[in-house]
Amino acid sequence: MAGLKAKHQRLVLVAVAMLALVAAALLAAWALRNQASYFYVPSDLRAHPPAADRAVRLGGMVEKGSLRTEADGVTADFVVTDFKARVPVKFAGIRPALFVEGSGVVAEGHLAPDGTFVADNLLAKHDERYVPREMKDMTSAQARQTVSDTK
Amino acid sequence: MIAELGLAALWLAAALAALQLIAGALAQGSRGEALAGVVRPVAVVQGLVAALAFGCLVWCFSQTDLSVKLVAENSHSAKPMIYKIAGTWGNHEGSMLLWVTVMGIAGAFVALVERRLPEKTMLATLAGQAFVSLGFYGFLLIASNPFARLDPAPEEGNGLNPLLQDPGLAFHPPTLYLGYVGLSIAFSFAVGALVTRDVGPAFARAMRPWVLGAWIFLTLGITAGSYWAYYVLGWGGWWFWDPVENASLMPWLAATALLHSCGVLAARNALRAWTVMLGVVAFSMSMVGTFLVRSGILTSVHAFAVDPRRGTFILALLAINIGGALVLFALRAGTVAEGERFEPVSRESALVFNNVMLSAILAIVLIGTLYPLVTEAVGVRVSVGPPYFTPASAMFALPMLAVMMVGPLLRWRRDRIGRVSARVLAPAAVTVVAAVAFGVAGPAMGWLTLAGLALAPGLAVASAMPLVGRNLLRLPLPVWGMVVAHFGIAVSLFGMASDAAFSVQKLAAVRVGESVAVGPWRITLAGVAPVAGPNWTALAADLRAARGGDVVALGPQQRTFWAPVQTTAVSALATRWDGQLYTVLGEEVRPAEGVDTPPGQSRWQLRLWWKPWVPMIWAGGALIALGGVLALLGRLRADLKRRYVTARGAARREEAGR
Repeated sequence: MAGLKAKHQRLVLVAVAMLALVAAALLAAWALRNQASYFYVPSDLRAHPPAADRAVRLGGMVEKGSLRTEADGVTADFVVTDFKARVPVKFAGIRPALFVEGSGVVAEGHLAPDGTFVADNLLAKHDERYVPREMKDMTSAQARQTVSDTK
Repeated sequence: MIAELGLAALWLAAALAALQLIAGALAQGSRGEALAGVVRPVAVVQGLVAALAFGCLVWCFSQTDLSVKLVAENSHSAKPMIYKIAGTWGNHEGSMLLWVTVMGIAGAFVALVERRLPEKTMLATLAGQAFVSLGFYGFLLIASNPFARLDPAPEEGNGLNPLLQDPGLAFHPPTLYLGYVGLSIAFSFAVGALVTRDVGPAFARAMRPWVLGAWIFLTLGITAGSYWAYYVLGWGGWWFWDPVENASLMPWLAATALLHSCGVLAARNALRAWTVMLGVVAFSMSMVGTFLVRSGILTSVHAFAVDPRRGTFILALLAINIGGALVLFALRAGTVAEGERFEPVSRESALVFNNVMLSAILAIVLIGTLYPLVTEAVGVRVSVGPPYFTPASAMFALPMLAVMMVGPLLRWRRDRIGRVSARVLAPAAVTVVAAVAFGVAGPAMGWLTLAGLALAPGLAVASAMPLVGRNLLRLPLPVWGMVVAHFGIAVSLFGMASDAAFSVQKLAAVRVGESVAVGPWRITLAGVAPVAGPNWTALAADLRAARGGDVVALGPQQRTFWAPVQTTAVSALATRWDGQLYTVLGEEVRPAEGVDTPPGQSRWQLRLWWKPWVPMIWAGGALIALGGVLALLGRLRADLKRRYVTARGAARREEAGR
């Protein structure tokens, strides 16, 4: 940039910065298209099942009386419901303390070919006032039930 | 009574901020010069009064004055004192009050000590600071009064979320806030400089200590927050790309870029408009972060209660402050003269590369954080996690780290690669050897992890290269700061890559007396016993972990708090020089439903990790902050010396004139 005037150097710098930011934005757009995990409630999952290895999130209520622990002592089976459809979920790990039957949960994982949702991670609410935002659309009666169940 | 005093102090502080803004603005014109003398004292008093208001709230919390609504909702008389006090900022209103208090005190400090810049620029800066403060005072007084009373007062308070009852919480949020708000000073300096069109090395030197200070606190806050999430959440992870974590990372990225561009502006009078722009962006990111956290519009494990009115208010503040600053920038940037020129191979160019890459990472994180909001608007719900953030940000971070090996060796303005090639060769060779060694001998790992493992040792060597051939005793402190901070990046990078490459995990249900192996450790469950604390009861496992002759007892717990009633898993960690053993106790597993379990027959879930080198992540973070402290001390010492010399020179001249 020896022969450049100060004004031209500024233009070059602006161009370089813009180029990098546009590259970042394009990369972000491309990666988000591929990597964002989609959020499903059980009826969505039944109606439009995602590809088997796709990372998705499943949110809903843990059905009362559905929680079983398998013989290995660490794998849990339960059913997540939105009161329209039910999805069996399998999770190996330590369940969050706030994970209880009849309460809300968001499971991260993928749908196995047999229709079971294999969760890698369970997100239960952490704050007594916090409800996963994805579940705000549930009817107010369900929301009230959740609140009374978790209090 | 104390609560009313606090509220009165808050109103007074808001009024003083308004006075500071008006006086500072009028003093820009020729007719308002009479007001110029008012601005600095008002700024100091405003800071003190804000601190008084915050002190009142701390007092209410420490006394558990349940007639104050905020205390009743967030505290409990049976909490240990440290969590009573920490509870002051463990909620929305208190944390916003902490925000304006820190802002007020920082403004007062600037008003007291900063004398380098032309007085008009300083007054514009203080007016800008008052403008931002005023918005937050308005927010507190109108939408979230921390001193509101409850009548009648309840018998007992709701208590504090047990996850937040941790020594880490006592220091983590205030540290981050010092960082966020420190950037408001950089923002005000940028606004002040734009108003008076006075952007130059003096401006950069005045702004730099503030940026450095804010950056140190942000670094410490992020490091502490990451460690807190690591051991409190019990998930074994140290970074989740949660919106709240991103909210602290984005200002850090912008502040890191600003710090480096400030260096260029101070030393070489180049990158003028760019530095001003970064000053605006850095604080904007702080406010975007606050907006994301406080409004509850994003799903986050940290989210506070959702209140749309507050979200709207902060969004409005955001739009006014950032929008106003950007308009000012658009109007004035053209009149900021071009800076000095430099060659493509020069330290300036390396720093421009650093800045551009940091901005690109910032864009990646910002887009990923906001993307769920955008898709929500068109009715598709998505969540964005590590599979997006990690590779996309590494795409820009890795080239930046590669340039970091060379940049500090280059001369200002013009250099030749040939001159530094000998000193670049050593780190490059170390990188290649490490890549081959880990690629051949290490476990199967992704290319990103391998790149991190390979680059880290090379970076560590490269970070010491600026010391080669220099007299170590006479080296300026800021150079030491740079070396230590860059070394910290290498250390932290190695820890992150090691966690991805070498961590082993074991999930098992064991009976008392049985043992399981994880990595080199053999862990025996010796028993499970109940224990009690001041406001909780727990079941604690008695684990004996052994590796060769090294035997350690660990006691992870399932802890149940009774105000509010909540159970959390409390992990137990054993730190060794080469890694960390991480244990979590899960639930009791009975053999079958309805069958009476003979004692000793039920099993306990255990989740165990052996994480080689993982503490280096936070050790590296601490080193980065230490580097910042060294640089700051060096700059301050130079400033004090210069001040002393100028004062003596003036005194001599006076004497000579007599």
